[in-house]
Amino acid sequence: MSAVIEGRSGPWEMVIGLEVHAQVVSRAKLFSGAATDFGAEPNTQVSMVDAAMPGMLPVINRACVEQAVRTGLGLKAEINPVSVFDRKNYFYPDLPAGYQISQYGRPLVGKGRVLLDLPDGATREVGITRLHLEQDAGKSLHDQHPAKTYVDLNRSGVALMEIVSEPDLRSSEEAGLYLRKLRSILRYLGTCDGNMEQGSLRCDINVSVRRPGEAYRTRCEVKNVNSIRFVQQAIDYEARRQVEVYEGGGTVGQETRLFDSGRGATRPMRTKEHAHDYRYFPDPDLVPLVLSEEFIAGLREGLPELPDEKKARFVGAYGLPPYDAGVLVADQETAAFFETVAKGRDAKQAANWVMGDFFAALNRTGRTIDDPPVSAAALGRLIDLVADGTVSGRIAKEVFEAMVETGKEAAAIVEEKGLRQVSDTGAIEAAVDRVIAANPGQVALFKAGNPKVLGWLVGQVMKATGGKANPKMVNEILRQKMGA
Amino acid sequence: MSLDKATVRSIAALARVHVPEEELEHLAGELSRILGWIEQLNEVATAGVEPMTSVVEMRLRMRADEVTDGGLQEEVLADAPERAGPFFAVPKVVE
Repeated sequence: MSAVIEGRSGPWEMVIGLEVHAQVVSRAKLFSGAATDFGAEPNTQVSMVDAAMPGMLPVINRACVEQAVRTGLGLKAEINPVSVFDRKNYFYPDLPAGYQISQYGRPLVGKGRVLLDLPDGATREVGITRLHLEQDAGKSLHDQHPAKTYVDLNRSGVALMEIVSEPDLRSSEEAGLYLRKLRSILRYLGTCDGNMEQGSLRCDINVSVRRPGEAYRTRCEVKNVNSIRFVQQAIDYEARRQVEVYEGGGTVGQETRLFDSGRGATRPMRTKEHAHDYRYFPDPDLVPLVLSEEFIAGLREGLPELPDEKKARFVGAYGLPPYDAGVLVADQETAAFFETVAKGRDAKQAANWVMGDFFAALNRTGRTIDDPPVSAAALGRLIDLVADGTVSGRIAKEVFEAMVETGKEAAAIVEEKGLRQVSDTGAIEAAVDRVIAANPGQVALFKAGNPKVLGWLVGQVMKATGGKANPKMVNEILRQKMGA
Repeated sequence: MSLDKATVRSIAALARVHVPEEELEHLAGELSRILGWIEQLNEVATAGVEPMTSVVEMRLRMRADEVTDGGLQEEVLADAPERAGPFFAVPKVVE
């Protein structure tokens, strides 16, 4: 899926790495006992630790450590038994301590990987460089007053996982796939809700371009992009900008840029001198975090079946194509819905129904898998009616629409509307006779050896019976009557 | 290792400490002597020795994930140089 930019002077390749900040699901903050709930009254979920009052000391939240370790395990990554918290120093009004407690030289989680599910059913591995725990900053509101910035510290101190990828991505599409897959893994694990609108998942993008086969060139960082669509737009814009700089004879300087979603463009941040000198040093308030083998093993045991494993099982046990399996396992609710539908039935049929008519109905009604217009059990019973010949596949689609509309059972709708498939030989024969009598020209064509006409004739019989005739029987009887 | 005036000026700027021009020379000397002292410590052979992070043998203690703090809006805002309703108010810092 790598995308090549055709410049005036030849092709260019994009090199992309992402740093994702994922808010940890926990009740309390990383180093204080204040709550983490989104949307509370400003400055009500702030402890004196979060406000950086002198003398206040951080105490780490065990659940946040567990969540980060579980995430590391989900990313098939090395868990470091000893990790260290450092202070990252910078001045900003929403960072009351003047430093962020983060991890620099010795992060909690080392190298791992994420598998991208490509549209052609193949997968591609993207390396994870590291994952570390750190504090979130407060929230600055710049639009409330002409000359003031307002600060709400509710978010200050909430635990974040910074997940850094290797520069393995080669197009904005791949970046989108990576973010979706990462979000899917986080949601399976329950370690981050993945809600980009509320800022639970934010993304910094590193982009550079190069001639295919060349070493990496200088990269630019685009900060704090908060939707997958914007990430893709920012990458495409930024890569094209860099190509234009090089082709205009210039050089790209390492800089931090911001994405303007209104214009779909990036622009340089007003860079302060020394902005990148964070003067990291180990936080003297916190001794190293040491995790025992048992602690890590216990968390490993409690992991749920993750998307890749579930996908492999769907391919193996249900015989689904890898791409279909990948779509169905993207979230746990959809996967569970499919499994309920498929239980004791033809899995391919079940997958077709879920991914086809059912997904379309979700989109159309604006409802979600948690509150579906048709339950998995009810959809399963509809599929049973097709399997036992009560209704044809075509009529089943009509029944499904009525189920979405009315919420009624498939069987009830079939009875009410008289949609039961006609498998009565006499009735079908009568209809076939009428169609043959009315279309002597087509019948002659068929007899002359044009097999395509058969489909048309079947269609006529189906039309004549209101779609209720068993298509297989219609087919057979037609052939028989036309002497084929 | 010795520091020059430009480096001291830069460190002061990072720390948001105002240092008058005429004090830079003097501070450069003092900071250089501190670095010299650290360099002396660096002469001790520590290869293969675990870094000592505390003078007492202790591990990082962990806290249960319970909400035990917060709800201190008035107290938190009490010492703010300026507030606006429930917010801290500071001079505009928008990019």
